[in-house]
Amino acid sequence: MLILTCPYCGVEADETELHAGGEAHITRETVGSSDEDFEDYLFQRQNPKGIHFERWRHVYGCGKWFHAARCTNTLEVFGTYSAQTTEPPKDIRDKISGKRPGWSWGIFS
Amino acid sequence: MSNAVSALQGKAYDGLVRVEEAGLRGMITVRGNLSNTKLKSAATSLSAVDFPSTGECNCVEESGLAWMSPDELLLMTPYDKAPAAAQRMSKALEKQHHLVAEVSDARAVFFIRGPQAREVMSKLVPVDLSPGRFQPGQFRRTRMAQVPVAFWMRDETTFELICFRSVAGYVFDLLCNAAKPGSEVGVF
Amino acid sequence: MSTRLATGGRLLNRDRATNFTFNGKQMRGFEGDTLASALLASDQMLMGRSFKYHRPRGVVASGAEEPNGLVNLGKGGGFEPNARVTTTELFDGLSAESQNHWPSLDFDVGVVNNLAARFMPAGFYYKTFIQPRAAWKHVFEPFIRKAAGLGKAPKDRDADTYEHFYSFADVLVIGGGIAGLQAAKAAGEAGAKVLLVEQTATLGGRAPVDGAEIEGQPADIWIAETTLALEKMENVTLRTRMMGAGVYDHGYALCYERLTDHAPLAEGPRHRLWRVRAKQIITATGAIERPLSFAGNDIPGVMLASAVRDYVVNYAVSPGDRTVIVTNNDDAYRTAIVLKEAGLDVPVIVDARPDGGGELAARAAALGIRIEKGKGIAKVKGGKRVEGVALCAQAGEGAVLEEIACDAVAMSGGWSPVVHLWSHCGGKLIWDETQSHFRPDAEKAPTGHDGQPFVSVVGIANGSMETGACLENADATGKSVAKLVGGKAKRTAAPKASDVDEAPMLAVWKMPQGAGEKLRAKMWLDFQNDVKVSDVMLAAQEGFESVEHTKRYTTLGMATDQGKLSNINGLAILADSLNEHIPQVGTTTFRPPYQPISMGAIAGETRGEIFQPIDKTPIHEWHEANGAFFEPVGHWRRPYCFQMSGETVEDAVAREVKATRDSLGLLDASTLGKLIVKGPDAGKFLDMLYTNMMSTLKVGKCRYGLMCTENGFLTDDGVVARLDEDTWLCHTTTGGADRIHAHMEEWLQTEWWDWKVYVANVTQQFAQIGVVGPNARKVLEKLGGMDVSKEGLGFMEWADGKIGEFDARVFRISFSGELSYEIAVLASQGLAFWNALLEAGEEFGVTPYGTEALHIMRAEKGFIMIGDETDGTVIPQDLGLGWAISKKKEDYLGKRAQQRSHMTDPMRWKLVGLETVDGSVLPDGAYAVGDGKNENGQRNMIGRVTSTYHSPTLNRGIAMGLIELGPDRMGEVLTFPKTDGTEVKAKIVSPIFYDPEGEKQNV
Repeated sequence: MLILTCPYCGVEADETELHAGGEAHITRETVGSSDEDFEDYLFQRQNPKGIHFERWRHVYGCGKWFHAARCTNTLEVFGTYSAQTTEPPKDIRDKISGKRPGWSWGIFS
Repeated sequence: MSNAVSALQGKAYDGLVRVEEAGLRGMITVRGNLSNTKLKSAATSLSAVDFPSTGECNCVEESGLAWMSPDELLLMTPYDKAPAAAQRMSKALEKQHHLVAEVSDARAVFFIRGPQAREVMSKLVPVDLSPGRFQPGQFRRTRMAQVPVAFWMRDETTFELICFRSVAGYVFDLLCNAAKPGSEVGVF
Repeated sequence: MSTRLATGGRLLNRDRATNFTFNGKQMRGFEGDTLASALLASDQMLMGRSFKYHRPRGVVASGAEEPNGLVNLGKGGGFEPNARVTTTELFDGLSAESQNHWPSLDFDVGVVNNLAARFMPAGFYYKTFIQPRAAWKHVFEPFIRKAAGLGKAPKDRDADTYEHFYSFADVLVIGGGIAGLQAAKAAGEAGAKVLLVEQTATLGGRAPVDGAEIEGQPADIWIAETTLALEKMENVTLRTRMMGAGVYDHGYALCYERLTDHAPLAEGPRHRLWRVRAKQIITATGAIERPLSFAGNDIPGVMLASAVRDYVVNYAVSPGDRTVIVTNNDDAYRTAIVLKEAGLDVPVIVDARPDGGGELAARAAALGIRIEKGKGIAKVKGGKRVEGVALCAQAGEGAVLEEIACDAVAMSGGWSPVVHLWSHCGGKLIWDETQSHFRPDAEKAPTGHDGQPFVSVVGIANGSMETGACLENADATGKSVAKLVGGKAKRTAAPKASDVDEAPMLAVWKMPQGAGEKLRAKMWLDFQNDVKVSDVMLAAQEGFESVEHTKRYTTLGMATDQGKLSNINGLAILADSLNEHIPQVGTTTFRPPYQPISMGAIAGETRGEIFQPIDKTPIHEWHEANGAFFEPVGHWRRPYCFQMSGETVEDAVAREVKATRDSLGLLDASTLGKLIVKGPDAGKFLDMLYTNMMSTLKVGKCRYGLMCTENGFLTDDGVVARLDEDTWLCHTTTGGADRIHAHMEEWLQTEWWDWKVYVANVTQQFAQIGVVGPNARKVLEKLGGMDVSKEGLGFMEWADGKIGEFDARVFRISFSGELSYEIAVLASQGLAFWNALLEAGEEFGVTPYGTEALHIMRAEKGFIMIGDETDGTVIPQDLGLGWAISKKKEDYLGKRAQQRSHMTDPMRWKLVGLETVDGSVLPDGAYAVGDGKNENGQRNMIGRVTSTYHSPTLNRGIAMGLIELGPDRMGEVLTFPKTDGTEVKAKIVSPIFYDPEGEKQNV
């Protein structure tokens, strides 16, 4: 039962107040994309054991989507941040580097 | 209008606390830029309370403002004042991107009154309601058992709670069940 | 025999006698007794039968670890099976029945298994009931089912109530023994908000029973003083009868409070499940004594040495007149001393250690107790009760040296820390060679949201075997944990305790060491599930080398006590059989809850009327009062039809359809989702969401729209109205309001966050009523108000105005094919408006109709229904809805997906109407079969029925279905096999069965 802090309203929300939305930072593919790219967009996910960037919605609270940087193995949370970005913020990436040197996830490291 | 009725028409229950449906309340959803001065001044003048910060609610009698999300404010008024208030709010915001929607009829309002109000609420919401952690003025949107609710404290012993009208009966029954005599927890 | 002693009993209130019954027999105990102590006081040592062999079973332990003493408790709505006698507090009127025997506890026919026990080793069932295959269902399974099961399932509805409680603490201390108390005190004094929970009714744990002295005084005095100090601290909450059941991620813990189990007549909930969030958790869960494995160690009267001590000291109950002690450590000597001091006979202490014990042994010897070093028990004599023991050399093979008469045996194989709560969330263990037990590895604690440890362990749960060390470690941990949560620890010294010097224990896993097969087959490891040393050895021999496999193969540790007594002994035997070290073999996984908790507590308030939220429209009450037969749609309850007296459901539906088509029907459509979408980019946004164009819709007009997922599949539909230049009102399906609202917010927040669009869900702001039928206009005109004429409000238009005295928004849309208005009024006036329509409509025979009439009328018109014609694999193109897909738009959600090869395959099943040749109703979901068979020998399928009804209008069965190349096969007759083996033929027709030109709705 996780606790994640909603970056919008500051509430330390119980997992039961949240809705999990799967992997973050996925680029939308649409008309004009190749079958392979479109398949990746729709179906291919990293499902890592370790560092992960995820989407969550504070569904029983302010209703906002946000992102969480989390270790799927230890459940350590490195931070939550706005969903309105295309990459994890630097301070969170630095924090992860401090704790898990050499990490990488998708195009980020 | 005379034939307007609230979901439970003022139903009440006395147990560990008094649970009471508060009747119709004027409510207006305002979506827009909450730091905009026009929005703020319209909101404060229509409600006659201070503009709330993140996670706060200011409410006196039936008029108030609650911070719903970074771009959503709840404006409360007496029920029959809501249509005019909504119009004034729309007018004030007409030059900017916004949405004003009356939701008075979409909601039900409850009071939970009594020294054991914190305890009764703590049976149903995953929120730390101990006196040092939740105080009058704070506003919390969360889950009550299986439905979304929002609540704040009028004073040390009174919670005011909003839910959707369709589940008013469920919320009332939940609260009554949690307030059954003999179920004191005795921690606050 | 076991009896009540004349004096003593620190937990008893001898002034309050308590009457209870066991198997119908009246018995007496005292307030403060457990059911176990009261039964023993009444010489009821035989309490049940084991699971597999139905062997006689007496109580072994005195606490939560008890495997044998399980009873059916209570009656009727208060009945509960498998209640543990050792954790059941006695109360006046308690009624208990022993389990797992027939016809009686004393004489059990099933015990015949006993004779066959040697033919029923581990894996017996797996091996025996494999062949012949057919016998399983008709012979083996019924037989095994009859023999299986412990206790009886309750027959009546549980009469008690239960609840949850959300609690937040800086520090949760689990366990109220001296270590827990000291840890709580240290943390509390440092200013932390502390919650301490203790599973029994009394704080202090076993220190008083063990004769500990703290600060120069008996432990009881220190406990009382410390409890008082804790009670005075505002930041500390003490709860007894509350068990730490489980520790979960991020400091979440479940605690199980038993409020009225000991006082069933008290008002209030029976159990309360505390859902605790703690920043730090300290487990002070103590330790459990291990049995020794010797032949006949399961005979009633063989008990843990600590339990014997508990019964004497706490309850003034002597389990026997002559008790033989058998041990591999010093602690059991305490039991010998306690018994002797209580005036009871201890014929001998059998100490497996060649060198015997330390200071305690000297004290026992001084009391005149005979001590036999380097000896073991070759076997216990007796059947339903211990009659004596045979001694042997521990190092030998069991040659009997001497027989000693006794009626009880107190055994101690050492102590195992209760590591369950430490382990639940990932805490690791280390093997302690000197104590022969697993204890928490402080270096590998469970970690929380910040990656830091959040569980600490104190006291004997941490392997501290001495009182002084327990207190010191508890004090230090309480302080350091308090600092982690922002407290400020005081510089105080830990309480001092005097400890006696103990000689080292000796690991003894079999008694005697060289016991042969015959003896091993009588050495019980798991008393409840009848797993013996020989079974584990057999499992190892047969290749079940992993401890998890051995557990499942032998059922070791799978009983209701989850192996609290048997785990370590079992895996020591396994390790020995595999020639491995115990830590290499490892333990099975500890999973919550620590002890079984009631289903009621898990459910909490989620029962009866509030099992789930029921959404009610403003008109719901009227429906209830007027014969509505409800069906669930999402969380809503919608009237399926309104039954009049003497009518079947089918009659009512037919009447409603006819009345609506002939004159006037009313539908409560309030449940339809209503979403306001507003902003400069709202048109662009809706063009992305819907397959067709919404940006070009004119103000005052309505348009039917389809929504797809990015996967291309149809997900929702509804009528969109344009309210003004930058505002649209989107109607969704009944179940779709929240889902589609969330869908819109998701795209706006996470993909197109720079688009200026706001969405508001106003579904419940309005009651919406469908006024439907040829007389719809007449009734509205009768009420007066706005212009609802053909010219004033055309088909697919909307307008605001008044209907009678009601402010209304009127949509001229039709889902039935009739002249139809959907009218939205404020929800608070919904019922009044409904009543006004009923009154005005009386002259037209106004008929409220339900969802089934709605479905039939839409099917007669060939309108699709989300969830019937769609199932998450259907694209709009399959349903002949190409007209609602914009060819002009570059993009919309699902467009790219609909270009995938499988989506454009001409062989996709497509929507058609189906008309049975004989006029009957096609079965819902029936498949159409084509020629030939597939590779599995099944007939090839070429389509399926998606909606099927009896049409009262046409007086025949009508259906819609998805058929391969369907629209190209008009007039073809297909075969639909039914589940009863017969077939029905149906012709492919247009899905529009009624008024194909749309003349009726457009008048």
